[in-house]
Amino acid sequence: MAERTVRIGSSHGLHARPAKLFTQAASSSGASVTLAKGSGKPVNAASILGVISLGVDHGDYVTLTADGDNAEQVLDDLAELLVTDHDE
Amino acid sequence: MTSSTPALVSGTGIGQGVAIGVVARMSDPLPPPADSPSTRTQADEAERARTSLRIVARELESRGQAAGGAARDVLEAQAMMAEDPMLSEAIDEALAAGKTAERAVFEAFASFRDQLAAMGGYLGERAADLDDVSQRVIADLGGVPAPGVPSPEHPFVLVARDLAPADTAMLDLDKVLGLVTSDGGPTSHTAILAREKSIVAVVGATDATGLADGTVVILDAASGTVIANPTDQQKADAERRIAERQAAAVAPVTPGALADGTAIPLLANLGSSAGAQAAADAGAEGVGLFRTEFLFLDAGGTAPTIEQQREHYLRLLQAFPGKKVVVRVLDAGADKPLQFLNDAHEENPALGLRGLRALRASEDILREQLTALAQADAATQAELWVMAPMVSTVEETGYFVGLARECGIRTAGVMVEVPSAALLADRVLGRADFASIGTNDLTQYTLAADRMLGSVAALQDPWHPAVLRLVGEVGAAGAAVGKPVGICGEAAADPLLAVVLVGLGATSLSMSTPALTDVRASLLNYTIDEARQLAEIALAADGAAESRAAVAAAALSMKEA
Repeated sequence: MAERTVRIGSSHGLHARPAKLFTQAASSSGASVTLAKGSGKPVNAASILGVISLGVDHGDYVTLTADGDNAEQVLDDLAELLVTDHDE
Repeated sequence: MTSSTPALVSGTGIGQGVAIGVVARMSDPLPPPADSPSTRTQADEAERARTSLRIVARELESRGQAAGGAARDVLEAQAMMAEDPMLSEAIDEALAAGKTAERAVFEAFASFRDQLAAMGGYLGERAADLDDVSQRVIADLGGVPAPGVPSPEHPFVLVARDLAPADTAMLDLDKVLGLVTSDGGPTSHTAILAREKSIVAVVGATDATGLADGTVVILDAASGTVIANPTDQQKADAERRIAERQAAAVAPVTPGALADGTAIPLLANLGSSAGAQAAADAGAEGVGLFRTEFLFLDAGGTAPTIEQQREHYLRLLQAFPGKKVVVRVLDAGADKPLQFLNDAHEENPALGLRGLRALRASEDILREQLTALAQADAATQAELWVMAPMVSTVEETGYFVGLARECGIRTAGVMVEVPSAALLADRVLGRADFASIGTNDLTQYTLAADRMLGSVAALQDPWHPAVLRLVGEVGAAGAAVGKPVGICGEAAADPLLAVVLVGLGATSLSMSTPALTDVRASLLNYTIDEARQLAEIALAADGAAESRAAVAAAALSMKEA
């Protein structure tokens, strides 16, 4: 199982559009991905309800885990999404 | 259920428009599905739920494609909610307990909804998005039309309890002749939408629940009334007024002025230089409030450089050669957090380290912004004024004006948003070149009512005589020392309140671009003496509602006399 901790770059946190983009990416990656805020309980990263309800804000640290053939590559891509600011 | 249609319904009008059309009602929410055991197999119920969830998801996606822009993101997110894996697990659990697909869907959505609602704020708003999806799925399961905004083929007057942001995203605004809501006040989402898009609206009209589908109504925002089943005479009168307004809208725009010729420059509120041309086209005589927050939000974790800022200010100032452009320096705080400015958690962000207080604590950022502004000013023909937000003392005024001059700013003023600054306006204006009253924050601080909190929204009304008295203090101080007093904020966009504000001593009004036409037309109806009389009437009232009603009645009799 691969794991990665990153800091949220989106100025409005992991809400609305960034949450949608992230969930879409997690869901289409084919891997089983979880997301946890700080040391909290992980949620299914393919669940927009799970991701939104974490209440992740700008600057929060989140931990990603992935299981699957290309888990490392999947986490690289998702981590990149999380550190980028998608809000205009 | 049959109930007699009320002949006349009263509420709060938004703007001055008139509309005539046929009522289409937003349907009421579906009742909760009965919690009785399913007569189908669990597999059948699971299949029914999956099918309806999929249909609703595809429908939301296609509506999103059609809507485009920000609405598309909202609708696509809703589509993903419908097919969410965690939701699907919760539905399966309820089905395993022998519930119907309707009830399982209802309960699963409700549990997530309650979680989000309990978190409040932005997440609380997503609870309404979730409700909307839930209703659509339950409607599809029952084979009934989804509740929500109607979409008849013909133009219509929409009657609803209130509109949620998701509802307005679904609304075909080209077909909406007017909006009537039974709930919601002048700051509700519906009212904001109506102002933004110049849609005729009457909000908070409690008796509007009695208006049936298909009824012909006349909406009169100026008087805040809805006439059901109007007479031919009333229809002809409404059509004449609609034609007059259309003529006024295409008439050449003139500078803002009262009936006696007193000039009241009308300016635009802008949040980026992108809206500058549209504002100039609508007759804005300059910019009364240019917000600079987005420059800093977009820059990510650090403040933008002087060069980046200068480029943006240049683009803005170039759109208004020879005209006044009032720029507000960065207004941030714990409610609008910027990491590099104020990263601390505060219990009361509105009363915390925000506005000028936060900038003063990071003076480098303020100096850089003032320097970039002065450089852009020197390179263009616009008349740049710069002001500081959230100034509460005379000393802070002196600090800001001194620093601005040191950085090369020629005209430096302050926003009056805090009652202390309004009460000592004579001394504040002794130091500042001008004052601009931010009515939204001034109302929040005067009535101790959080702008962001729905439960105290009724107190957030700039018609309140306590707020108006403070505006009058600033107006009188401005007149005494011969310095300009502008208004920027929602209050200036209310055509009748705009007249009152002028009567209280405002020398210019700044508002969102769509409000310019109505305010311009309204000012032309009154002389400065009449504006002052209306201001006296507003100040003499006991509360906001009384003030609005008394001024509306007096204004009407002035025009009939």
